[in-house]
Amino acid sequence: MTAPLPVRPPEPATGEQQEEAPRRRTPSRLLAPLRQTGQLFALALAVVRAVFRRPFQLREFIEQFWFVASVTILPAALVSIPFGAVIALQVGSLTEQLGAQSFTGGASVLAVIQQASPLIVALLIAGAAGSAICADLGSRKIREELDAMEVMGVSPIQRLVVPRVLATMFVAVLLNGLVSVVGTLGGYFFNVIMQGGTPGAYLASFSALAQLPDLYVGELKALIFGFIAGIVASYRGLNPRGGPKGVGDAVNQSVVITFMLLFAVNMVLTAIYLQIVPPKGG
Amino acid sequence: MGIEVVVEGLTKSFGKQKIWQDVSLTLPAGEVSVMLGPSGTGKTVFLKSIIGLLKPEKGRVLINGVDMVNSPEREIMETRKLFGLMFQDGALFGSMSLFDNIAFPLREHTRRTESEIRRIVMERIDIVGLLGAEGKLPGEISGGMRKRAGLARALVLDPQIILCDEPDSGLDPVRTAYLSQLLIDLNAQIDATMLIVTHNLDIAATVPDNMGMLFCRNLVTFGPREVLLTSDMPVVSQFLAGRREGPIGMSEEKDAATLAAEQTNGNGHAAPRTVVPQLEPSPGMPVRQAALRRRERVISMMGQLPEAARTAIMNSYTPTLDGGRR
Repeated sequence: MTAPLPVRPPEPATGEQQEEAPRRRTPSRLLAPLRQTGQLFALALAVVRAVFRRPFQLREFIEQFWFVASVTILPAALVSIPFGAVIALQVGSLTEQLGAQSFTGGASVLAVIQQASPLIVALLIAGAAGSAICADLGSRKIREELDAMEVMGVSPIQRLVVPRVLATMFVAVLLNGLVSVVGTLGGYFFNVIMQGGTPGAYLASFSALAQLPDLYVGELKALIFGFIAGIVASYRGLNPRGGPKGVGDAVNQSVVITFMLLFAVNMVLTAIYLQIVPPKGG
Repeated sequence: MGIEVVVEGLTKSFGKQKIWQDVSLTLPAGEVSVMLGPSGTGKTVFLKSIIGLLKPEKGRVLINGVDMVNSPEREIMETRKLFGLMFQDGALFGSMSLFDNIAFPLREHTRRTESEIRRIVMERIDIVGLLGAEGKLPGEISGGMRKRAGLARALVLDPQIILCDEPDSGLDPVRTAYLSQLLIDLNAQIDATMLIVTHNLDIAATVPDNMGMLFCRNLVTFGPREVLLTSDMPVVSQFLAGRREGPIGMSEEKDAATLAAEQTNGNGHAAPRTVVPQLEPSPGMPVRQAALRRRERVISMMGQLPEAARTAIMNSYTPTLDGGRR
């Protein structure tokens, strides 16, 4: 039972260990970003799988949905009005110089529905909801609440992360509808009132250039952006680096990482869309 | 009856820093064990490795045939339902009241009705002496209360294995004594395997059936309490006496020169320690089955124990060998 103890190792312990155990190679610093990326994808996969595993956390989902919606609706609406206006003014001024003034409506609407609206939604979801989710999960992590949950046999991914990711996704889709409408109305208002465009030309060009797939791709983008925002926020929140300061850093990083991912993914999606969906006006 | 926990050759390091290596021990089913060790020797890490929160690089932790280190995550999750873990600072959910905190495992894992849950939770709250505070948030109560609430939450699913991470830290001596008694009473009632990680000498001396000690990246020893309590290994005797003279220094271990200087000064040894009798369950509690089993076990391994431990064990069992133990 009582093994004799080496009260003092014969040599300084650190040196001895380094020589004796080269078994685990120290991971290269250059590969750190790759490892993070891999873990992010692993989390995304785990979340997708956990979505279909029962029991579904309906209560948590509704609470999170309400929270995400409540922090994003008002800013989204307020941002989308001037954004629609800016596009209307800019496109209006350009088309006027080109002599294609009657197409202002269609062009500005396409820009709002396809590009501006999903991005506005995603930036708000990431900035307002994602940062809150990240801070919440991060502080729970450093207070050992997540460990406690795991010890009780409850998976934090299923219990906490899945409802949050689903909430950001669905709020993003619904919010995208709101922003598209408000943005379009804003553009219409500024074009007709400020630039002296005619309502008829605006609507006619709208129905000449815009088609339903434009709306579909906007919603799809919002869904994907919401997913990315939720996953990145949860990932950074679940892995804060030491202490309260680490949580602050994690929130900061989660927003920045989400923004960068959003624009990259948006470019890819737009390119694919333009390839596979024939333009209506052509 | 509790479940045996078998730890085989466990080695854990963080980066280059080795926490402990080749730790092998068996927590006998239903018995109370204590893991001692100076601060920073990886006691909490050991606890978290047993429950599978941290993954050691080498070795196994076997519980009911499930290896908590290498088995698939789903089996580990399932096995964790057998555990109750009391965290160092309670690890309560900050957004829930004490009642909801303690009810959480029941709501997640059982299909009991709300009134049944209420009954069980209030019973546990009563056991740990928190009646009247069940509506408070964890941020509104003292550290000691949080700790006791954490214990209540660990107990609510009738666990087979209870792990306590420093149950005494932040508690006054009287409450620590009550808690020691509570742990023994619990063991008598539910016969769960218990592992307590602590550096409190009172708990170490009075509560456990078995004791182990971690020091200097190794498991110094693990065995019946008398073995450690009577041990004359310098580390153990220094720790149990709370002296400065010995191999334990302010930062983990001392250098050879200081140690040699101490030895020539000749104050290395203090008075011989006496083995305090173990706590008995409070009157009215059932007989502790683990104590009976342990007696069989210890007597059968008597031959391998050191002389001092043997004497201590014989002394502790003398009044009971004729069946006089309550």
